[in-house]
Amino acid sequence: MKGKLILLAAMLLGIFSTSSFAQLKLNGAGATFPYVIYSKWFDTYHQKTGIEFNYQSIGSGGGIKQVTEGTVDFGASDAFLSEKQMKTIKQKQGTPVLHIPTVMGAVVLSYNLPNVGKGLKLSPEVLSDIYLGKITMWNDSRITSINKGLSLPSDPILVAHRSDGSGTTNIFTGYLSKVSKQWSDKVGSGTSVNWPVGLGGKGNEGVAGIVKQTEGSIGYVELAYAVQNGLPYASLKNKAGYFVEPTFDAVSEAAAGYIKNMPADLRVNITNADGKGSYPISGFTWLLIYKNMKDKQKVEAIKNFLKWAVTDGEKYAKGLYYAPLPKEVVKLDLEKIKQITYKK
Amino acid sequence: MPDIQKSEQNRNEQQDKKPAASFFNFSIKNIFNKNPGDLIFENITRFFAFVVFVLVFLMAYEMIKASMPSIKQFGLKFITGTEWDPVTDIYGALPYIYGTIVSSFLALLVSIPLSLSVAIFLSEFAPKWLERPVSLLVEMLAAIPSIVYGLFGIFVMVPFLRTTVEPFLSKKLGFLPFFKGAPYGFGMLAAVIILSVMILPIITSISRDVMKSIPDSQREASYALGATKWETIKVVLSGSKSGILGAILLGFGRAVGETMAVTMVIGNRSDISLSLFNPSNTMASVIANEFTEAISNLYISSLIEIALILFILTVILNAIARLIVWGVTKKYSGALN
Repeated sequence: MKGKLILLAAMLLGIFSTSSFAQLKLNGAGATFPYVIYSKWFDTYHQKTGIEFNYQSIGSGGGIKQVTEGTVDFGASDAFLSEKQMKTIKQKQGTPVLHIPTVMGAVVLSYNLPNVGKGLKLSPEVLSDIYLGKITMWNDSRITSINKGLSLPSDPILVAHRSDGSGTTNIFTGYLSKVSKQWSDKVGSGTSVNWPVGLGGKGNEGVAGIVKQTEGSIGYVELAYAVQNGLPYASLKNKAGYFVEPTFDAVSEAAAGYIKNMPADLRVNITNADGKGSYPISGFTWLLIYKNMKDKQKVEAIKNFLKWAVTDGEKYAKGLYYAPLPKEVVKLDLEKIKQITYKK
Repeated sequence: MPDIQKSEQNRNEQQDKKPAASFFNFSIKNIFNKNPGDLIFENITRFFAFVVFVLVFLMAYEMIKASMPSIKQFGLKFITGTEWDPVTDIYGALPYIYGTIVSSFLALLVSIPLSLSVAIFLSEFAPKWLERPVSLLVEMLAAIPSIVYGLFGIFVMVPFLRTTVEPFLSKKLGFLPFFKGAPYGFGMLAAVIILSVMILPIITSISRDVMKSIPDSQREASYALGATKWETIKVVLSGSKSGILGAILLGFGRAVGETMAVTMVIGNRSDISLSLFNPSNTMASVIANEFTEAISNLYISSLIEIALILFILTVILNAIARLIVWGVTKKYSGALN
């Protein structure tokens, strides 16, 4: 009897001691766009090290809010924080926040023109005028002049956009603001904007739904979504003047094209990048990490995880339809990760 | 024996003195005279009834508190403004208020005659073998999740509206302001149709139950006085007026609060237009669409103010309907006496 009890006690002790050792839990919240690869990373890393991650993909806005309130260990966002937001976090949490780019995505323009099929080309001027409602017909001379050989119908253009706030919209409107002065004056950029024309669909699937159902429509969706669902998408004229199809390599090249203008805090909008082969509507997604943390164990865990994610973890990117970081950015990331410190 | 008499007497007294002085019924007299189990049960139910009050007021309080920044910033302009621009932090909710009210009212307009016809048929005409399966089907409509309605809307209804219904309407009735503009398929018309299908089962099944609960003796009395079938149905209808009104209210509540299915087909453009073809937006869908990514304080506060308006709107509509119900029942019981 006594022996059994001791055995039981030993077993219980064993359970508790191992679990207390391995039960380091990191809570995060934020962007939905990188959720697929993040959950792959968290799962793989958990199996390797036993560290548990709990990530709520509630949207970038929610992630930023939770980082500001200090209710999570890290956040994630498709848009980098503004100066004002960074200041608020520093005031409330007593530590600056670091931006760590993890993977990249792109926004593509999907369309429904049965007589054209694949191969539509668009230039920044044409695109912004379509979304401003200034070009309304598919056979407008400005579209046909860059699409010689395609038989464009004399139908009205139906513009589709996201109705929900999203990082995709932020990248897309950020790009339009960069290439069109009129767009930046009249509409501007943000996670949701006051659209001059068009129909709104909820989520990528909502926009894709409108485009699929409506002949003569055009809408923007995430590259990953378009590839997975086999939607046709347009090539876009980049800053160097070449028409580029959105591919993962073209996205990575856009980031590489920005490398020499990369600010020290890695908060950069890489739309309309230099480089012959770079696709112009690309963007990073970031993890938001407190620079100084009060828990020593957590600091080590986060640093090791980040190091692993931006090096070994990147190999999962393409399989999950994300563009991996170019080597130059990984190097900058590793530098940044070193700055995370333990401070009481 | 005298004990039983006493307790019976006590119960009668209790019934006579219904409006209790205090909310919780713990007077010393009660503790001694009443079965303790009854007393505990009574007070537990009373407590939960009280919790409902607290919940409603707490929600209202929290919403008012959270929307204070936007109330201060915009005041009444929030309700009359038509511009909603998160980039420049200017918020006016009129297009959403308009969209919610118009889509819900039009859905009721379509749904009431349909569902009342079905309910009258089921309770007054249908033979037993038909009534059961039809009622079951109607109730099944209510159990379909709204996202399924939305998907049906996007993939089946919207293309049909765009290619067939809307071109037909604009050709035949295009001179009216209600059928102007390009036929997108997505828009107010699609939302109204989806909503009316969604609220049909609610109104139908409750109205049917209410009508069936009218005792047959009333129908027989009506026939005995020489009334026709139609006149008898009128008697049944007037007896179940308040119940039917309640059913319509519930349907309206569903229409006002419906988010997912509507947002999938309404086109999500904050325009105010008489045309049913025009894309529009509702209060519930703008909250669902934009809340997750709203970052600036004013933006969040404005979205919460929309929720507050939606809340107030439902309270007002409920109150109006209550008043109508009271009026109707008073008149009806007056006629009986």
